[in-house]
Amino acid sequence: MRFESLIDSVGRTPLVGLPRLSPSEDVRVWAKLEDRNPTGSIKDRPALWMIEQAEKDGLLRPGCTILEPTSGNTGISLAMSAKLKGYKLICVMPENTSEERRQLLRMWGAEIISSPAAGGSNEAVRVAKGLAAENPSWVMLYQYGNPANWRSHYETTGPEILADLPTVTHFVAGLGTTGTLMGVGRFLREQLPDVKIVAAEPRYGELVYGLRNVDEGFIPELYDPEVLTTRFSVSSGDALRRTRELLAAEGIFAGVSTGAALHAALGMAAKAVKAGERADIVFVVADGGWKYLSTGAYEGTLDEAEERLEGQLWA
Amino acid sequence: MAIEVRIPTILRPYTDGAKAVDAQGATLQELIGDLESRHPGLQARLVDQGALRRFVNVYLNDEDVRFLGGLETPLSDGDTVTVLPAVAGGSR
Repeated sequence: MRFESLIDSVGRTPLVGLPRLSPSEDVRVWAKLEDRNPTGSIKDRPALWMIEQAEKDGLLRPGCTILEPTSGNTGISLAMSAKLKGYKLICVMPENTSEERRQLLRMWGAEIISSPAAGGSNEAVRVAKGLAAENPSWVMLYQYGNPANWRSHYETTGPEILADLPTVTHFVAGLGTTGTLMGVGRFLREQLPDVKIVAAEPRYGELVYGLRNVDEGFIPELYDPEVLTTRFSVSSGDALRRTRELLAAEGIFAGVSTGAALHAALGMAAKAVKAGERADIVFVVADGGWKYLSTGAYEGTLDEAEERLEGQLWA
Repeated sequence: MAIEVRIPTILRPYTDGAKAVDAQGATLQELIGDLESRHPGLQARLVDQGALRRFVNVYLNDEDVRFLGGLETPLSDGDTVTVLPAVAGGSR
């Protein structure tokens, strides 16, 4: 495969079967390897689409400053595109995200503003909105509400999956900005009305919940519950366990949020087996495990790893 | 048939501090009724006017029961039901 530049190589990622973790020949689980994007995560798709839409709309001109609340991957993707396209990038991220992400952002030339750990991504959004109001010349792409986010998946990720696996019955992805699920979900449902769209959301320890206020519950503007068939809540322990299973059984080294998506995918697989239905279940490997090595997710016993992960945002 | 019910910290005063209790029922509604018989007061914290309370999430094998059938969700032996306060992630 040959491309004019790195930006042109976003997408067209492999879809690989999981022969060992699939429960039977009729119920198969497939991994969409989004870590094979230029900066190593699925966020290269929405980042590029949001930037190019803002260029088309005349919001972004060379030399502009982009501001974005991000727990890491979107920032890294934006930093790469911004560098190649001549923009400055400022990321607002929770202080309890991994050190690798910070180093990567700085490497690509982004400036980082930390938001308090206690509020998680919600607080990063709040801080970024405040900064945007104070600096009207900065352009906030705002992945949680920017339609170009879900459009990127509607136009690219969804069609890729259907082309590679026309018999797909389920699509499973993590629930963050909701862009992946909204975009792929809308595309697949138009083509296959019975397809099941399944969200896997992180269930953080009560330590993280305890610091938060009910009023802080944040629903991304992109979220439309009608697109979802169902929704799983996955504990840190189950996400870690599945992340390790994926590596041990299938050789795929993925980030912890992928373990959560796999957990939901295997939950749907078990239901299909029980119901005697055939299934081709696609789940998203959002990124590789490299950026999470310092969290200790891959070392020692599961209990030790879970303890180390306590209080950290992993998705 | 036994179903494991995981209880969040905020509701453990009703279960003498237990993190998980066993209960029975063919549906979530029956299960909550069975819980109430041994842990009085719990039902009112979960259900209001015949529906799950707004700020309570209940998961059957980690799947949100609001997408399954709410209080009518059928249960099977060996299932795990998890009760959580609804905060992060903006479930509603």
